[in-house]
Amino acid sequence: MKIAVIKYNAGNVQSVLYALERLGADAVLTDDPEEIHAADKVIFPGQGEASSAMAYLKARQLDQVIKEIKQPFLGVCLGLQLLCEHSEENDTECLGIFPVKVKRFIPENSQEFKVPHVGWNELENLADNVLVKDLPDPKFLYYVHSYYAELSEATIATTHYIQDFTAILHRDNYWAIQAHPEKSSTVGEKLLSNFLTI
Amino acid sequence: MLTKRIIPCLDIKDGRTVKGVNFVQLRDAGDPVELAKIYSDEGADELVFLDITATVDKRKTLAELVTKVAKAINIPFTVGGGISTVEDVKVLLAAGADKISINSAAVNNPKIVDEMAKEFGSQCIVVAIDTRTMDGIDFVHTHGGRKPTLLKTQAWAKEVADRGAGEILLTSMDHDGTKSGFANELTAEISSALSIPVIASGGAGSMPHFKDVFTFGRADAALAASIFHFKEIGIPELKSYLIGEGISIRK
Repeated sequence: MKIAVIKYNAGNVQSVLYALERLGADAVLTDDPEEIHAADKVIFPGQGEASSAMAYLKARQLDQVIKEIKQPFLGVCLGLQLLCEHSEENDTECLGIFPVKVKRFIPENSQEFKVPHVGWNELENLADNVLVKDLPDPKFLYYVHSYYAELSEATIATTHYIQDFTAILHRDNYWAIQAHPEKSSTVGEKLLSNFLTI
Repeated sequence: MLTKRIIPCLDIKDGRTVKGVNFVQLRDAGDPVELAKIYSDEGADELVFLDITATVDKRKTLAELVTKVAKAINIPFTVGGGISTVEDVKVLLAAGADKISINSAAVNNPKIVDEMAKEFGSQCIVVAIDTRTMDGIDFVHTHGGRKPTLLKTQAWAKEVADRGAGEILLTSMDHDGTKSGFANELTAEISSALSIPVIASGGAGSMPHFKDVFTFGRADAALAASIFHFKEIGIPELKSYLIGEGISIRK
């Protein structure tokens, strides 16, 4: 089984490769459309800024490649946000796989709530979905983000920070996680290994 | 609910842990990877590696170590010590570090914080501030707290946050090594004034000290070294204690 990890101008890609390596998966970092299409599964990781990431993807037609993927596809962190329709981060039109808007956290009380949302927080309201099957308890994941996806019909798990936001999305062959499963200890490992079974 | 983080700090020299550690299960007491794995398995929320190697060619050893750590553990970790250029950061992030921390480099050239945040994103830029009180005023110090600067700690913390730091690692040199508790008042003052997380460091000696820094000190995370290394406090027991005290902690 071959996993393509999409290479673009976003950080934190190495950790995803190492996590896949720990699970014994055969992963390759690539921006070659053919190689991406030929893979059994595709992971779209990333940390960074939405508009520059979208510009980079478009310049290399990777936006089209992502929209055409038929295999199981997993967006992580910025990857989740880019799969949505629009991000408030520099007013960016995103890929539109999920009809969901990405907004900035606005704390009512800035002493209580820092932005970015950094640290370990819990998954809640889990749907019956293969990606979140048999996760160990308690379901803490590691988050680092200032923008969040609104709740939607595609939301299959939520997390609470300031308000409930989308922790995980699923539609057709696309899944996406806001947290960093590759940095989320045993819960994150189980999420990734669940994805590998899809 | 977002949880408060417990962060063990490992001092590294030439790729090895320096402060003595007292872990019977360690085969090699100086192996940072093995120690990192133990802390990660015990429930540490993050790790910090502080490199105290001075020479340039040893920096390569650090990047190699970072790769080994990144391959071995599945929790986030920060690397600090002697990082001064955008290129230094690039190498360490590419090696697998999640965040880097800068200290003197920011004091010497504050614009480097803007540059690094712009290049790599605020989320991976931690600014470490060593502070000491002189005549009732908190001043930023460099060189492991030995050299005072004219920067006032509160103003400096605000400045680096405005420049794009993603987190502040605040070490009270007055409290460091005393085991008398964290600098709760100063930590609270800075944490309340800033919209970014503050990691408190220096002074941890007992479990109630952690409770105090998370409540009175308003810290988002607490860092300690020797009490963990010497097994004076185990991370699992510390976390159970804090949960019992009503602090939001990842179990």
